[in-house]
Amino acid sequence: MTISESKDLTFECETGNYHTFCPISCVAWLYQKIEDSFFLVIGTKTCGYFLQNSMGVMIFAEPRYAMAELEEGDISAQLNDYEELKRLCLQIKRDRNPSVIVWIGTCTTEIIKMDLEGMAPKLESEIGIPIVVARANGLDYAFTQGEDTVLAAMAQRCPSVSTSEINQKESNKFSSLFNFAQKKIQSNEQKLNLVDHQPLVLFGSLPDPVVTQLNLELQKQGITVSGWLPAKRYMELPIIKEGNYVCGVHPFLSRTATTLMRRRKCKLISAPFPIGPDGTRAWIEKICLSLGIEPKGLEEREQQIWDSLTDYLNLVRGKSVFFMGDNLLEVSLARFLIRCGMIVHEIGIPYMDKRYQAAELNLLEETCRKMGTAMPRIVEKPDNYNQIQRIQQLKPDLVITGMAQANPLEARGINTKWSVEFTFAQIHGFSNARDILELVTRPLRRKGNLRELGWNTLIE
Amino acid sequence: MKLAYWMYAGPAHIGTLRIASSFKKVHAIMHAPLGDDYFNVMRSMLERERDFTPVTASVVDRHVLARGSQEKVVNNITRKDSEENPDLIVLTPTCTSSILQEDLQNFVERASLESQADVLLADVNHYRVNELQAADRTLEQIVSFYIEKARKKGDIALQKTKIPSINLIGIFTLGFHNQHDCRELKKLFLDLGIEVNEILPENASVKNLKNLPQAWINIVPYREVGLMTAQYLQKEFDMPYIDITPIGLIETARFIRKIEQIINQLGGNVDFEPYIQQQTKAILETSPFVQTNKNSKNNNLPKKAIVFGGSTHASAITKILVREMGINVIWAGTYCKYDNTWFQEQVDGFCSSVLITEDHAEVGNLIAKTEPDVIFGTQMERHVGKRLNTPCGVISAPVHIQNFPLAYRPFLGYEGTKQINDLVFNALNLGKELALFEIFNDSSTHETFKHDISISWSPEALQELEKIPGFVRSRVKRNTETFAKEGKIASITLDVLYAAKENLTN
Ligand code: SF4
Repeated sequence: MTISESKDLTFECETGNYHTFCPISCVAWLYQKIEDSFFLVIGTKTCGYFLQNSMGVMIFAEPRYAMAELEEGDISAQLNDYEELKRLCLQIKRDRNPSVIVWIGTCTTEIIKMDLEGMAPKLESEIGIPIVVARANGLDYAFTQGEDTVLAAMAQRCPSVSTSEINQKESNKFSSLFNFAQKKIQSNEQKLNLVDHQPLVLFGSLPDPVVTQLNLELQKQGITVSGWLPAKRYMELPIIKEGNYVCGVHPFLSRTATTLMRRRKCKLISAPFPIGPDGTRAWIEKICLSLGIEPKGLEEREQQIWDSLTDYLNLVRGKSVFFMGDNLLEVSLARFLIRCGMIVHEIGIPYMDKRYQAAELNLLEETCRKMGTAMPRIVEKPDNYNQIQRIQQLKPDLVITGMAQANPLEARGINTKWSVEFTFAQIHGFSNARDILELVTRPLRRKGNLRELGWNTLIE
Repeated sequence: MKLAYWMYAGPAHIGTLRIASSFKKVHAIMHAPLGDDYFNVMRSMLERERDFTPVTASVVDRHVLARGSQEKVVNNITRKDSEENPDLIVLTPTCTSSILQEDLQNFVERASLESQADVLLADVNHYRVNELQAADRTLEQIVSFYIEKARKKGDIALQKTKIPSINLIGIFTLGFHNQHDCRELKKLFLDLGIEVNEILPENASVKNLKNLPQAWINIVPYREVGLMTAQYLQKEFDMPYIDITPIGLIETARFIRKIEQIINQLGGNVDFEPYIQQQTKAILETSPFVQTNKNSKNNNLPKKAIVFGGSTHASAITKILVREMGINVIWAGTYCKYDNTWFQEQVDGFCSSVLITEDHAEVGNLIAKTEPDVIFGTQMERHVGKRLNTPCGVISAPVHIQNFPLAYRPFLGYEGTKQINDLVFNALNLGKELALFEIFNDSSTHETFKHDISISWSPEALQELEKIPGFVRSRVKRNTETFAKEGKIASITLDVLYAAKENLTN
């Protein structure tokens, strides 16, 4: 097997024999993000075991999630699905009283063709709680794509008229209560010279502090974000009207993007993702451009961030990285790391939507040219066994990989970083670039300290 | 359908994978959707494995759903065969394959024609058995397969070893303190002059399974896994087995005496009594439960305890608490529903009532209702204990990273007895300390949140600040205010907060 360097981005597709998390794992972060939700995973002990173990101690904190565990009677259709689900949902309503119940369909509901989409509207009207159906199963999707299926389903639930338009009086009474706060915001707005533009809705689940940071960055350009999908509460889903602009913050949201374009008739701003200062700047610029706004001060802002990263950049420059691929953040992260001066051998990725990621792929190519590095190969549906052969041949300085391979690779003297940490750390926007490098350099720094002890490999 | 938040025993395929990956040179191929190989993560993380877990998936996706696995499973088996040269490949069905109803046996037969390795289909049904039952069955299946194979070839080792010997059955990966228990038992056998013939399945080679009948006795320390294999070997070769769990002084003595009895019946001549006396005495001399008079603070026994866990550990711990520590067990329970009768028999007379359930809420409610002073249970009961402010010692799987201590912590044998003494003693004392904390109203954790008066915070910034985790919040606040002062900024807005963050982390 020879590994050649190429002038253009090359796309390959392997066997799909790789480790990743089941997409139902999205409930772990989405139930925390959407505070009034309840996630019901309709599946088997296999699904439950996975969630229980992957959530770690969160499982003891009475999470707003549960399994509807299918038993033999459910599979052989001796029991009536509708009645069973109704019984469980009523129990959830009684115990937790959520504003929305999200049903997560699994492999089993797919195989036995349980008609969740058909049952949901009926049950919804019967019990008086919205039921959103997302088929986030391991037959069709990988890890973070779970969020995509949930958000795509929620996109259809976003109101198209504001409640204040429906009931002007009510909201007037209500808003007077918050007069103080509103005045504050207005005075702020005047100071910031907000521009009058088409409404912009952003999509992708991020921790609240990151949402605030990105809102602020856009505000500096005079842009108002009219809402986020998802919002903190299901009841606060943004208003989406035909012709609104939408833009994604995650590379794995292609179904949500498609739904917003096709079903809600929105205009999608195709931009690189706001990961790393380069990505964040490009993302803001692209939004400005689409809204007809002249971006200002971004070049200095980006430079300022790069300057502040000097200590980390010295550590990573010239070092090589190999992404085994399991969460779809790979292209954006690789692009950022190349800009940091690293060499990326391979970008493994579960699924590559070249259209949704088009701007990101362009920026990756541009970055490689600018930095004078070879184009990495992009390997869709990778084969972990083959990848490990390539890793042993290439001996990269860092392998970004799942936890199944991390310890064995470490034992073979190869530095690793758990990919899943990038999914849970705050990596978006200008100010979090540092956190990405903190993650990337941690194994490099630790190894540096331990190498003096003379241990590199721990196997015979 | 049932609403479930937590399960004590995992799905069947986990049991099969635990057995398969414990052997050397055995590879498991799961017939499963992408994402069901989470087992590899657990094994790598919890056991801190240095080798790649020998488990891969033959992925079930949309294509398989539409057209069946066809050549895919066979190809995956033969591919693994040539890549890794395993001795055995175990095709492992999952919940998904249970309902797809493909003829996996047929794939196995076809694949075994082409591959060097032996190929087996694990005989487990997702909807009928759980993790532990599946593990028990898979081990028996592999053992009987190789015994039959050796029989056919006529190279089975039937001659007993000269020195009395045992097979140790049921030590395997991701078992609760299994590695430590194994080491402790090996030491015990060494002390007794007994040879260890084979240990199953941990680190065993399937090629050696034909040597199993050489041993004098089979030892099954954990009831959940290994019993079927021992019973099979008894049926086939008339090999006696011992299923006493040597937890605590009394049971360990009973365990050793049983070994002595069987060895002597089989023509050996051993006397382990002096060893038992000497070991027991050494432990009694240091046991805090026997030496209570010396330390008057501990004389408020008996305490009220409850016990819940796997059948082996829950019953053994109940016995040791009652008989050796004088602690009153108000109820004992297990989640091994399928082994209900055995458990009832074991704890009969040691506690006033028995709870058999797989529902953690039922366990939690009964704990709340009966208000024990101390809990001995799984990770789930530990968290119930946290909520109710009741101390808890973890004595049974499901496992957690903390149950894979680096330091030597067996539960079995004499060393195990010491470790259980510590565990119980600390749990009881912790309860006392917690009560003391409360009496003196320890308020050191309630840090008050003061503001610097000269600098004002905008409501948005303050709100943002509240989102920062408690343990760093005051530092972030202080740093931001310093930053503002230096920059002569009178009011901290969101912008200032983030500017400070960027500035200060540099
Ligand atoms: S891959 Fe399918 S069966 Fe497995 S956990 Fe995910 S949804 Fe459940």
